[in-house]
Amino acid sequence: MKSNFKDFFSERINGTKDWLEDVGKLDETVTKTHSEIRHTEHLINTLFEVNTPKKEKHVSSSFPISYYISAGICIVVILVVLIATVCSLPEFGVVNSQMKEVSDRYVQSGMKETGAVNAVAGMILDYRAFDTLGESFVLFTALNCVWILLRTNRSSVERYFPLTEDNILVQAAKVSVPVILVYGIYVIINGHISPGGGFSGGAILGAGLILFSEAFGDEIAGKFVTEKRFKVICSAALLFYCLSKAYSFYVGANHLDSIISTGTPGRIISAGLILPLDIAVGIIVCLNMYGIYCMFKKGRV
Amino acid sequence: MEKISGHFPQIIAMILFTIGLSTLLLHRNLIKKIIGLNIMDTGLFLFITSVGYISDRLAPIIINGNTDPSLYVNPVPAGLVLTGIVVSVSVTSITLSLSYRLYKRFHTLNLDEIYLLAADEEER
Repeated sequence: MKSNFKDFFSERINGTKDWLEDVGKLDETVTKTHSEIRHTEHLINTLFEVNTPKKEKHVSSSFPISYYISAGICIVVILVVLIATVCSLPEFGVVNSQMKEVSDRYVQSGMKETGAVNAVAGMILDYRAFDTLGESFVLFTALNCVWILLRTNRSSVERYFPLTEDNILVQAAKVSVPVILVYGIYVIINGHISPGGGFSGGAILGAGLILFSEAFGDEIAGKFVTEKRFKVICSAALLFYCLSKAYSFYVGANHLDSIISTGTPGRIISAGLILPLDIAVGIIVCLNMYGIYCMFKKGRV
Repeated sequence: MEKISGHFPQIIAMILFTIGLSTLLLHRNLIKKIIGLNIMDTGLFLFITSVGYISDRLAPIIINGNTDPSLYVNPVPAGLVLTGIVVSVSVTSITLSLSYRLYKRFHTLNLDEIYLLAADEEER
């Protein structure tokens, strides 16, 4: 009796399972066809709009011509005022005696005080380090805003033309991605002795990462930069910047001896805090560029 | 005329700025507005860098320990342009993501249509 019951119920359960599976398959096909229909509809709509820009005309004609006239007058007035203002400034390419003092100070004693051969790096990461900290926080805040606005939980991304199937791009990326990444690291590490620094090197690294993930697919790129690692590395770099610069400002303001020496100018390991700060800024910029790109592409890192 | 030839890059920068401003004023498409904003930014960067340039001088990277300030151009505008570029990138990303959300909501990028649709929704 018991076994009979069991058989009966298991049969029933199996039957329901099969039925549910069938329903699921049906559901899938329905959603698929639905998305396909939407896609074709969208394509038709765009084609139609391209062929007959009726809507646009209708809307723009509903606005008065006086708007355009007043806007044109405004633009001309602003242009004339701006050119007149610019013409009263010091001439191009001539030494400006009013701006001389600060820049002379930076060039004259910048190398001795900061240890950086590149006067711009010494300026933005030592004298004006608060400014650069603000810049990194502006970038980070922008990333957070984009994250809030564009984050989705959908797992797959609809792409009409997946670039991973593009043979030319993939073969070119195989050659160029390592070169781009190494060059970005070079620019960051040599920021205090040659042109470059955290921002430019970070932008190069970010571009390399974007090319990598575009050519080899999100899965491979996602193995390197997971969401948790992304958050931890970004916050750690910002926190390191804050703490190290807080230390150096505290020491400098109280006339204490800093444990960080400026070293010999021109060496790679020199210039005190500028090299680690460059690396931190480079990491922040690289990850932020890549994060903004990922948010626009697939809604998650 | 003499004045104009002496301030050539700055005047070009201001013309770029007004081109961006007119794009911002005369177009209704949000993407075109963002492009106009970026052109304005470019004009300002050109202006700031041209203020710091001094002819026949080198980039402010000290060569052979020679710290004579009459050899190098002004390093201050370079740092300021860096700030500007970073802010421009951030503003562009935020505005692009906002317009993306607006497109998802209203299926148009025309600002007037968006206003009309939003007003319709508020009435409902």
